[in-house]
Formats: sequence, C-alpha cells, structure tokens
Amino acid sequence: MKYRILVTLKPGVLDPQGKAIHHALEGLGFDGVADVRAGKLIELDVADSVGPPEIEEMCRKLLANIVIENFRIEAAEPARA
Amino acid sequence: MQSAVIVFPGSNCDRDLAEAIRLVTGRAPAMVWHRESELPDGIGLIAVPGGFSYGDYLRSGAIAARSPVMQAVKAAAERGVPVLGICNGFQILTETGLLPGALMRNAGIRFVGRDVALTVENSQSIFTSRYEAGERVTFPVAHHDGNYTADADTLDRLEGEGRIAFRYAEGVNGSARDIAGIVNAAGNVLGMMPHPERAVEAAHGRTDGRRLFEGLLEAVA
Repeated sequence: MKYRILVTLKPGVLDPQGKAIHHALEGLGFDGVADVRAGKLIELDVADSVGPPEIEEMCRKLLANIVIENFRIEAAEPARA
Repeated sequence: MQSAVIVFPGSNCDRDLAEAIRLVTGRAPAMVWHRESELPDGIGLIAVPGGFSYGDYLRSGAIAARSPVMQAVKAAAERGVPVLGICNGFQILTETGLLPGALMRNAGIRFVGRDVALTVENSQSIFTSRYEAGERVTFPVAHHDGNYTADADTLDRLEGEGRIAFRYAEGVNGSARDIAGIVNAAGNVLGMMPHPERAVEAAHGRTDGRRLFEGLLEAVA
C-alpha cells in the first residue's frame, strides 16, 4: 500500500523558498501569480498491516514539524482486496 | 568536570567545541557517537555541536533529534544537566522538543557566514553569568536555517520569563524578535545559532565566547 504525505508550511509562516520561486516566475514573464508556497511530498510504501493511524503517528513524530508545518495523508493507490 | 560532545554524521563543529571546553575546563570532553544510548556517569555538561547532521535531510536537525543518543540527552536535561546546543545543535534541541519553536530557512535565503553583533539579554542564566545584561558581543554565525520562529504566545512567554539569552543587534536571518539564543523554562538548556566556541582564543581574532564556557564551569563545579 502506498501513501503520499504532503507537508506544507502553516499559513502565516514565512516561506522564503516560495517567495524566491514567485520572483523567478515573474522574471520569466508569468503574470498573475498571487502567491507561491513550497512544500514536500513524501511517498511511503508500507505493509498492509500499516494503516492511517500509524501513518499519522509517523507524520507527528518525524515527517512534519507540527510547530511550523501541516500535513495531509493521501492513499496513493487503493488497498488490495 | 566531565563533559560530553555529541557527534552525528555530518557534525563539523564538534572538534572546535571540544577544544573550547578543554581550554576552559582543563579536561577534554568525551566524544559521544549518535548511536550510543548512554552518556558518561556524573556528566556535568552536554554540548550538541554545529554542522549538517544527516545532511540536513528532511529538516535541519530532524533526523539527529530522533537518534538514540538524543533520548539520553533528553533524559539528562530533564534531570537538570546543562545542555548547550550551538547552530545545528540548536536546531536539534528544538526538534527534540527541549526548546520551543523552530529554525527555518534564513529570510534572505542565503547562507550567512560572518561575524555578527549580539546583545546579551539576560545575564542571570548559567550560560551568561559572566556577561553584563545589555552587553554587546560579537560571535561568528554560519548557517542557512537560523530564522527562529514560534507562535506569538511562545515568543511573549520567552520575553516575559527572561528566556531570550542573546538577540541579534543587526539584521541576520529574519529571526522573530531578533532571537539568537534561548533557554528552556528550567534554565539548564541553551540553544543559540552563533558560535561562541569560535571566539575563545587570541588566534580566533576575538575571545567574547570564552566567558560563556567559564560561566558554565563555575556553575557546574
């Protein structure tokens, strides 16, 4: 079973990387970009016995720093029957 | 005084820190590898050095904070043993939860490596007792992720409880309230981005950092 973890900075936390990407897009002539926020994508391939509660614990203990980041867990492929 | 410097893969200030401690205390610290789960008996000071532990993978200090030795450091800190985290060591201490907040990418994105002016905000801690409150000192900084962040309540609490040990006296990395170093509520854990161990002998060009180690020795002895 594969899961995708999306780690993003909490709203209001300054994102210098997002700002730099934004400036670079403007430099390339892309207008109309209101804001850019950069995050991380982590893919996990886990045994079928590992479910969302364990994945959430992994996120809280290591994958995200909940002081500054939010995370979202997505099942990347449906569970096998 | 028995002390220890923790060494992770990617630490690069461990020898400088050990030398500063040896110079001031007269005794070389034990160098403790990250896979150890115990610290030397009767330890009086634990130092977590700068560098790029685990290549800064995931987040600066994130992997190191979950290493076996940090469980022992956490337990010792909770018993009251003084813990000094410098640069990556500060990042590791926030990731461990021994200090509040987080250290993010510098607001200007660039790595900053130069001498910076700091203000000693509080001379009551065991780390700053040899300084005057309000005194201006100069330490080198060398970091990419030194932008201290915490929620407003935490920042107010740090201010109100006198837990901001050092503040930048000039713009460096976008740190909230110019915070360069903080202590925990019990006062035995200090994390700071600037490098006092790089300013302890004449050959360094300045010796402002030496008093930090002298004060610690006095407090622990």
